[in-house]
Amino acid sequence: MAIDTETVRRIAFLSRLKIEDDKIQATEDEFNKILGWVDQLQEVDTQNVAPLVSVNENYLQMREDEVTDGNMPEKILANAPMKEYGYFAVPKVVE
Amino acid sequence: MTDLTKLTIAKAREGLKKKEFSAPELVEAYAAKMNENRKFNAYVCETTEQALEQAKASQDKINRGEGRDLEGIPLGIKDLFCTKGIATTACSNILKGFVPPYESTVTSHLLAAGANFLGKLNLDEFAMGGSNETSAFGPVVNPWSRDVPLVAGGSSGGSAAAVAANMCAAATGTDTGGSIRQPSAYCGVTGIKPTYGRCSRWGIIAFASSLDQAGPIAKDVRDCAIMLKNMAGYDAKDSTSAKQEVPDFEKFLGLDIKGMRIGIPKEYRVDGLDKEVAAYWDKAAEMLRARGAEVVEVSLPHTKYALATYYIIAPAEASSNLARYDGLRYGNRVDGKHLDDMYINSRSAGFGKEVKRRIMIGTYVLSAGYYDAYYLKAQKVRRLIRDDFVKAFEKCDLILTPTAPTAAFPIGDKSMQENPITMWLNDIFTVSVSLAGLPAMSLPIGLNQQGLPLGMQLVGKAFDEESIFKAAYCLEKDVNFKGVK
Repeated sequence: MAIDTETVRRIAFLSRLKIEDDKIQATEDEFNKILGWVDQLQEVDTQNVAPLVSVNENYLQMREDEVTDGNMPEKILANAPMKEYGYFAVPKVVE
Repeated sequence: MTDLTKLTIAKAREGLKKKEFSAPELVEAYAAKMNENRKFNAYVCETTEQALEQAKASQDKINRGEGRDLEGIPLGIKDLFCTKGIATTACSNILKGFVPPYESTVTSHLLAAGANFLGKLNLDEFAMGGSNETSAFGPVVNPWSRDVPLVAGGSSGGSAAAVAANMCAAATGTDTGGSIRQPSAYCGVTGIKPTYGRCSRWGIIAFASSLDQAGPIAKDVRDCAIMLKNMAGYDAKDSTSAKQEVPDFEKFLGLDIKGMRIGIPKEYRVDGLDKEVAAYWDKAAEMLRARGAEVVEVSLPHTKYALATYYIIAPAEASSNLARYDGLRYGNRVDGKHLDDMYINSRSAGFGKEVKRRIMIGTYVLSAGYYDAYYLKAQKVRRLIRDDFVKAFEKCDLILTPTAPTAAFPIGDKSMQENPITMWLNDIFTVSVSLAGLPAMSLPIGLNQQGLPLGMQLVGKAFDEESIFKAAYCLEKDVNFKGVK
């Protein structure tokens, strides 16, 4: 499955990454090289094979839904690039 | 006086107990060695002053006869483990200035066992790479380099180089597709990736959560056993952590391997396999046979699809895990006109090339319309790869393979830089083991004609690190590998 320039731009936006205009073509070429390579998986017969989500899928266990930790706003905000009134601060989102 | 930095953990522990030297002296010896070996770029943050304070407390405990398992042992910590109050960056610019207010479970265990930390070790950015060249702090130089600087491997390149050059007694590493084993092989040291679930992932910066697993890199097999015992264990904070009892791995060392069946996967004789690597592989099998093991051929038919499977699953999980770096709650923020702009600016400035590449591939294979064709397909092939191992282990107890197809290559190698797939091929012998979640150790087997170390990999059944330790200890005795001069 080859991808085009438009798809590269869309994937970049979904990834929240900027690709300079002069790098789009190179990115597209590289993408197609990698996707061409992983396409070899299509030759494997996987009919009736269930996807393996995790190697220890059997261990996942239920636990009580209870508060075991918390009440540490200072610690949580300690690394914030910008904070105000005990909250993370962001640029204005309402136009 | 002997060079204290050359001692294994086992020997250092003995010396401390017998008062041949003190814990602070041990830290000072390592601090001097770190100073001497800055050229290798193994450490990205040094905490020797804190280590010295910890060592003084350790000495008091030793004096009172209360020494714990790793009392006074100086370790290096891969900069992917969150360490309370010590900058943790994953060697990425996006985490510049991040100081975790908490300690990872694995490093908490090590501290609770009495170890002290000399500093944080270099790695490929977010552990994505096989040569340590993607680090925002620059590549680690392999201590075995002579004229041309060679890579230390990756992603735990700083850990492997620091152990090889005696800049710590042992180090923590993490392994997603080979990140403990491959650098161990390149640097002539011993490292084990335990079974997925053995070590808690809590507080380790996530790359690909269904694959990431912590493990030690150390000077020898015994030290790996000591380290792993003190890193592993169930943790309620990691839902994938296994409720398995952690054995005292050291007690398996020295047990005989008569009748143990060693599998040689025929699909690993890939085209273009380095002749010397192939010869050492035969030699290792011969050594185990001479000890009474039975060498049998096994088949892992889906081996050729492992890399492609890995390079769908790992980037997919990475793209989700790395979505959290948005310049909002921690790390580096680059302002923008509105919120999306800020995200895009922060992420574009903060992530390096390989990380961006993998985020985009991951985003693509998870995106609407492509999920089934790529991600779901890869998860299905992953099951076939895992089932291959289950079947192979009906015929054998351990699998023996080379760790990597070649020895360490020069930093900046052109063919690797130009084509990411060429670089990824270095993981050919390690990724399928990761996809299957199995334990595997790399240990040095000898030097090639250029005088560079090569590694062998022993793969075990899930939670059977025991067999690995037994066989590796035999192999280590027979190989009698000498470290870097």
